[in-house]
Amino acid sequence: MIRGLVAAGLGLGALGLLLGAAGFGVPDSAIVWQLRLPRTLLAGLVGAGLGLSGAVLQGGLRNRLADPGLLGIGGGAALGAVVAFYWGLSARFAPALPLGGLAGAGVACLALFGLAGRAPSAPSLILAGVALSALASALLALALALAPNPFALAEITFWLMGGLQDRSLGHLALAAPPILVGMAVLLRLGPGLDALALGEDVARSLGRPVGRTLLWAAIGSALAVGAGTAVAGSIGFVGLVVPHLLRPVLGERPARLLPAAALAGAVLLLGADLLARAAPLLLPLSQEPPLGVLTALLGAPFLVRIARQVAP
Amino acid sequence: MIGLNAPTIRLHGRAVLHDIRFTALPGQMVALCGPNGAGKSTLLRGLAGLLPGLPGRDPKQVAYLPQGAGCAWGLTVADVVALGRLPHGDRATGPIDRAMALCGLEALRHTRVDRMSGGEVRRAMLARTLATEAATLLLDEPTADLDPAAAHAMMALLRAQAHAGAAVIVVLHALDLARDYADRMVVLNGGRIVADAAPASALPAAAAAFGLPVGLDPQPRLLPPAAA
Repeated sequence: MIRGLVAAGLGLGALGLLLGAAGFGVPDSAIVWQLRLPRTLLAGLVGAGLGLSGAVLQGGLRNRLADPGLLGIGGGAALGAVVAFYWGLSARFAPALPLGGLAGAGVACLALFGLAGRAPSAPSLILAGVALSALASALLALALALAPNPFALAEITFWLMGGLQDRSLGHLALAAPPILVGMAVLLRLGPGLDALALGEDVARSLGRPVGRTLLWAAIGSALAVGAGTAVAGSIGFVGLVVPHLLRPVLGERPARLLPAAALAGAVLLLGADLLARAAPLLLPLSQEPPLGVLTALLGAPFLVRIARQVAP
Repeated sequence: MIGLNAPTIRLHGRAVLHDIRFTALPGQMVALCGPNGAGKSTLLRGLAGLLPGLPGRDPKQVAYLPQGAGCAWGLTVADVVALGRLPHGDRATGPIDRAMALCGLEALRHTRVDRMSGGEVRRAMLARTLATEAATLLLDEPTADLDPAAAHAMMALLRAQAHAGAAVIVVLHALDLARDYADRMVVLNGGRIVADAAPASALPAAAAAFGLPVGLDPQPRLLPPAAA
């Protein structure tokens, strides 16, 4: 399974270097290095962060509906980026947009633990996350309603739908370190997540207190998903669907899903991004469809099929 | 040796236990009995180091099984039992296989716990606590969803663990099981220990706590297996 995912990721990555707005092939080495390479690497990294974070959060919150969006971290990142955009910071200083996104994710993570209390449990964290998401989307809607002109409104809306068009090596340099650190944090949580499957008391009696596991899960997700949202916009559904795709094959033990979820997230987003690039070449479209739309289009049918197999 | 000395234990601002002085010795099987709300589970959680303000325990030395323990995911029996090795940071096959054999789980090794009967799940959860090879076993109502034969089998298994050197503390509603298998019966009522003695001597106090009479029953009733 792991080998298959690695092979699929490498294959899609190679395709990603060969395909772009200029068509299939290698038109110019600068296009490959400056445009296709960062875009392909970002798709893999952002997807891996989303998939891994989804698997960790579903395990930690013991809830099949959990995903990074549920905790409001993605919403916070989107709000931070939109604020940077709205106040014209990003026009004067390009990295302000992703930096705003990272700051938004960090603030959301702090607020999450402020709201959930000092010893968070799964229900308190979910409720705080839902409150935070609602707040973030309300403030986003406010920013949209007060947008200075129709052009800015369209730009923000399109950015919110997610995409990797025209991302540079600079974006990669900005997003890769937090995503990698976040993923390293998340990958170490396997035993704590397994212990939590037997309940919070048992986890604690096994030496893995729930509060500590959830704290690191939120910090790791804030880094991995926050940085991903900061450079790629809101890409939903990857974190939700990836663990569900893997469980029928790998079983339900949370720790076993983690490395595979990172790989499967990367493969899913690489595939979605390739489709996004190919769409204007194959279909009469004036521009690429948003990445977040494609991930939902790809993932939803799988989820529907799995939903029918889940025992009552 | 595991014990708890506390003048009062509060939970959510309410005093639930008073004047608790309790110590269990290795090689001893202790039954905690008493009416609903007497504080049995709280005392057990206190012993397990799970109450705020009380000292924590070494997870290698104390294994705890809560009431009605289940599993959030469809883990296999082998996965669940292997979690008992988490405090040791290994997946040592010796203790895992021994625990599964003791609980009669070999044939179910690769079965998912969400596709098993209540009694089978209970045995898998017990095997998880045995795999830790802890000096102390704390079990809350381990026989609650077992049929009479399975309940007797589990009590015999726990008594064998105690007599092999472990301190076994079991919360039990079934006074007859406590009487048949425990070395010592601790009766709780209203958050206080009202009796602490050999089961035959503590039984009247337990009956009084429930408001039931004690006497000899001339009617036929189920007995423990002849070997027990």
